[in-house]
Amino acid sequence: MSTYTATTPQDLETMLAEIGVASIDELFAALPEGVRLGRPLDLPAGLPEQDVYAHLRELAERNVSAEDELTFLGAGMYDHYVPALIDMLMSRSEFLTPYTPYQPEISQGGLQVMFEYQTAISELTALPVSNASVYEGPSAVASAAYLAKLANGRRKVVVSRGVHPHSRETLLTYAHGYGAEVVEVGLKDGVTDAEAWAAAIDDDTGAVIFQQPNFLGAVEDAAALAEAAKGSSAVVVGAYDPIPLGILRPPGECGVDVAVGEGQPLGNRLDFGGPSFGFFAATEAYLRRMPGRIAGETTDVDGRRGFVLTLQTREQHIRREKATSNICTAQALNALAGVVYLAWLGRRGLVELGELLLQRTHYARERLTALDGVEALHDQPVVREFALSLDADVRRVIERCQDHGVNPGYALGDDYPEHPGGLLVALTEQRSRADIDRLADVLGAAVAAERTTAQVTA
Amino acid sequence: MSEALTTGASPLQREQAVTVFEKGAPGRRAFACPELDVPEADPAALLPAGLRRSEPARLPEISEPELVRHYVRLSKRNFDLDSGFYPLGSCTMKHNPRLHERVAALPGHARLHPLQDPDRAQGALELMWRLERSLSEIAGLPHVSLQPSAGSHGELAGVLLTRAYHEDRGETRHKVLTPDTAHGTNPATVTMAGYEVVKVGTNADGGVDIDDLRAKADEDVACLMLTNPNTLGIFDQNIEEIARIVHGVGATLYYDGANLNAVMGRSRPGDMGFDIVHFNLHKSFTQPHGGGGPGSGPIAVSDRMEPYLMKPVIRRVQGSNGHAPRFELDHDRPKSIGRLRGFQGNYGTFVRAYAYIRSLGAEGLQDASETAVLNANYLLARLRALVGAELPAAFGTLCMHEFVLSGAPMKKELGIRTLDLAKRLLDHGFHPPTVYFPLLVDEAMLIEPTETETKETLDAFAEAVAAIVAEAREDPAIARNAPYTTPVRRLDEAGAAKRPVIRQPL
Amino acid sequence: MADASYPDGLLYHPEHDWARVEGDVATFGITWYAQDSLGEVVFFEPPEVGTQTKQGEPYAEVESVKAVSDVIAPLSGEIVEVNAGLGDKPEVINEDPYGEGWMVKVKLSDAGEADGLLDQAAYTATLS
Repeated sequence: MSTYTATTPQDLETMLAEIGVASIDELFAALPEGVRLGRPLDLPAGLPEQDVYAHLRELAERNVSAEDELTFLGAGMYDHYVPALIDMLMSRSEFLTPYTPYQPEISQGGLQVMFEYQTAISELTALPVSNASVYEGPSAVASAAYLAKLANGRRKVVVSRGVHPHSRETLLTYAHGYGAEVVEVGLKDGVTDAEAWAAAIDDDTGAVIFQQPNFLGAVEDAAALAEAAKGSSAVVVGAYDPIPLGILRPPGECGVDVAVGEGQPLGNRLDFGGPSFGFFAATEAYLRRMPGRIAGETTDVDGRRGFVLTLQTREQHIRREKATSNICTAQALNALAGVVYLAWLGRRGLVELGELLLQRTHYARERLTALDGVEALHDQPVVREFALSLDADVRRVIERCQDHGVNPGYALGDDYPEHPGGLLVALTEQRSRADIDRLADVLGAAVAAERTTAQVTA
Repeated sequence: MSEALTTGASPLQREQAVTVFEKGAPGRRAFACPELDVPEADPAALLPAGLRRSEPARLPEISEPELVRHYVRLSKRNFDLDSGFYPLGSCTMKHNPRLHERVAALPGHARLHPLQDPDRAQGALELMWRLERSLSEIAGLPHVSLQPSAGSHGELAGVLLTRAYHEDRGETRHKVLTPDTAHGTNPATVTMAGYEVVKVGTNADGGVDIDDLRAKADEDVACLMLTNPNTLGIFDQNIEEIARIVHGVGATLYYDGANLNAVMGRSRPGDMGFDIVHFNLHKSFTQPHGGGGPGSGPIAVSDRMEPYLMKPVIRRVQGSNGHAPRFELDHDRPKSIGRLRGFQGNYGTFVRAYAYIRSLGAEGLQDASETAVLNANYLLARLRALVGAELPAAFGTLCMHEFVLSGAPMKKELGIRTLDLAKRLLDHGFHPPTVYFPLLVDEAMLIEPTETETKETLDAFAEAVAAIVAEAREDPAIARNAPYTTPVRRLDEAGAAKRPVIRQPL
Repeated sequence: MADASYPDGLLYHPEHDWARVEGDVATFGITWYAQDSLGEVVFFEPPEVGTQTKQGEPYAEVESVKAVSDVIAPLSGEIVEVNAGLGDKPEVINEDPYGEGWMVKVKLSDAGEADGLLDQAAYTATLS
């Protein structure tokens, strides 16, 4: 008996008698001899709670977290401050431990949170339709392309090279399955090459996908990218970072049909990549083509306001092979953190945060590009992240910075071989001017040292 | 008793639902923005007007105390596993140990950036590697990828691996077989992966109809997706024969691991002949489900599927000269199907699942499955004794970790449907079982008690079901109009679907 | 919801669809039995005017809260009109399945096909 089960020998005897068998083994009699394991699993013996805690803490201590260094890593997930009330609400058992709200009468809390979340995402994106969340960002991009495939049946997906590499890889994986061709459009001066983009869109194009800001931190001219697709039947998909949406023109005002994105920056911790949530919003035209759960408002038999899962005939448990998606599990708990975070920031706070990041990002870019051997990789507007080009081995520069307790950002060379000296630097409100100044000192010294070493070696 | 459960509006019922967008007042706030500590540049120069938002998003304006109270009050309108029995079939609502929340929240896990240099994330990679090895042993399959975000995502991985496997052998196949008892995610996944669904029938014992399978298994079949025990709670005794038939035509055999909680330590999908297995960490390995996610759906595969696994994969590199082994992320996988999502998967769920496996160990996991099966059979026996003919088991007298009752006789004899019984259970403080699934059984009720429930709870649930049936013999209207005591009563779902209101009008 | 009824003078398809033939145009809908099995209809996805129907094949979808059902064409032809009123009030499919709940009007392409359909007596016999 583990501490999570409760059958006493007396219970066991009573229960077996009630069932009418002599032993537990008899309950497994249906298993054919050939598929019985017949030995204990080869796993370590169970441990008491305090020993498991010690082991997991020891593993945690062998990670360098955002608490242990001054980090400017972003590239899709960002070290924003998570307010204490989110920790408190997410750990409430009423939010933490239910399953999907199949019984609305006893799930009004969760269903109303979904409804509020959908409202918040609609506001953020200026798009009227939002679902209750999907897994995370990159798979949301791939799911948007699948929506387009089902909506218009066209086989080609045009994707900007400014879209997160993980999103592009995920899109390729999905598209290979349902039989779509993915065509990539390159970047020019840090943003999607407008001419190549327009040229790539044809009668065969079912979806066009860009990212805002793009992976190199540049703000794209979303309205122009959408406009280029307007003559075609392509669904215009934008993958958005939600934080800068406080100050950036929202997708719904740019001609974007479907806006998706990684929700982690909204009150979710880094968690080494998940769980977080993906948001998925669209124009009215795609209401019945949305993947995933959607909560809707209604009334009960006594006329009380209430909420239910609605438009379920889209979903796999009803429409099966004709479903709009195979998705079953949403990310309700993470989406709860998302809507609480947006309410916590509030109408003015989201704008203030965006303006603060805009100023600090500008300051950081100015400060770092003033260093010897450091240049801006592009000159486009940036709002929270920017790309540099280093005249030194980027990996070794990063290591040198890390030796001084600073993680300067993400090396771009693996994903963008055309930018071997690329370094992507991200800001959050947790990185102050003093932190930026410290980064400048450490990075400047690291680049200088690396260049000296390189000269000596040469 | 029934009178007490049908009269009077409770305080929660008197409270009208008000959303966060209807609370607060202009000017209120919970967030204090850090001050501008850098020299201010002209905002319009940094971000031209054409790229800017003209009106702020109409988010709430609300103070922190209001915000806390709003969501705490909302939370009280939820039923949850910590406060009551939750026998939702196929969902494995077992206890969620609080230790898991504590260890997952340690900053070394919770604030670790996913793009941290692997050398500086060795604890995380080792944890993932160890979890992979444990899942491999439990499944009886050598290779594991933790990447998929949920069970259905694992299914997609499995079918895409199948596609890659056949394509690599120069074969084009078009069909995937699924039993008519399958979870809806199976056929939906098949379509997403570009295959055509072909349904296989069910025999009188609740297993796969072998003759039908033989007739449909041909060289155009890429895969058979199966849950075993299946969604009827029946272990398919012909599994070895099924594997022979499927492998005989060169197809892969896919195991939907939703029901793994029935067989841990007793039998392994790999030993049954499966090539691909997905785990639902939020079911078998007790990740709290958060009111509808997050989930986590790692897969385990056989050697022949390994080259196609998602990238990156974790490698353990033996240390030299007495150094500890290192863990790396290997991206160099030319035959890989690629990625299914960003980063390395839902790491926070891996921490919890790993903690669970280390807490239970080999013996504890086996005990969990055995107790789950014991509890299900005991509850089935109690219901048979207390309720009897109106609510019979759909198949057999014994079950695995869950069982299906048919409410068809109850509907005919007493005039209450399975839905009515489910709603009346709410007044008794229980979460109802899964209803109207599997589709194969008329007025189905799928009950999965799990191993973490006490005998007393199972007894109380059986008695509540019996009381409701007895009550319906007297007055079926009581159940038909239930529930009475919940924060809201039956909701107009048709109205919600006809004229969808899916956001707060602002 | 209306009581069970199967008007005389209509032609019935065994998949619970009806056709009212007037000259070379027929009106289609679903039978009382079909709407009753489905439950409260919440959405009707109409086809586009100009698309072809083929006898025995689906031409539209009708949804209740928890089910989706194909609507089968009793006869072949070209859709010349769809019932736009069902968009806002799909419930009339339940309330008046043979009247206001009609779905499409079709210009028939093969008058001979009608011979394969059931009359009221033959259809109601299949229901018992």
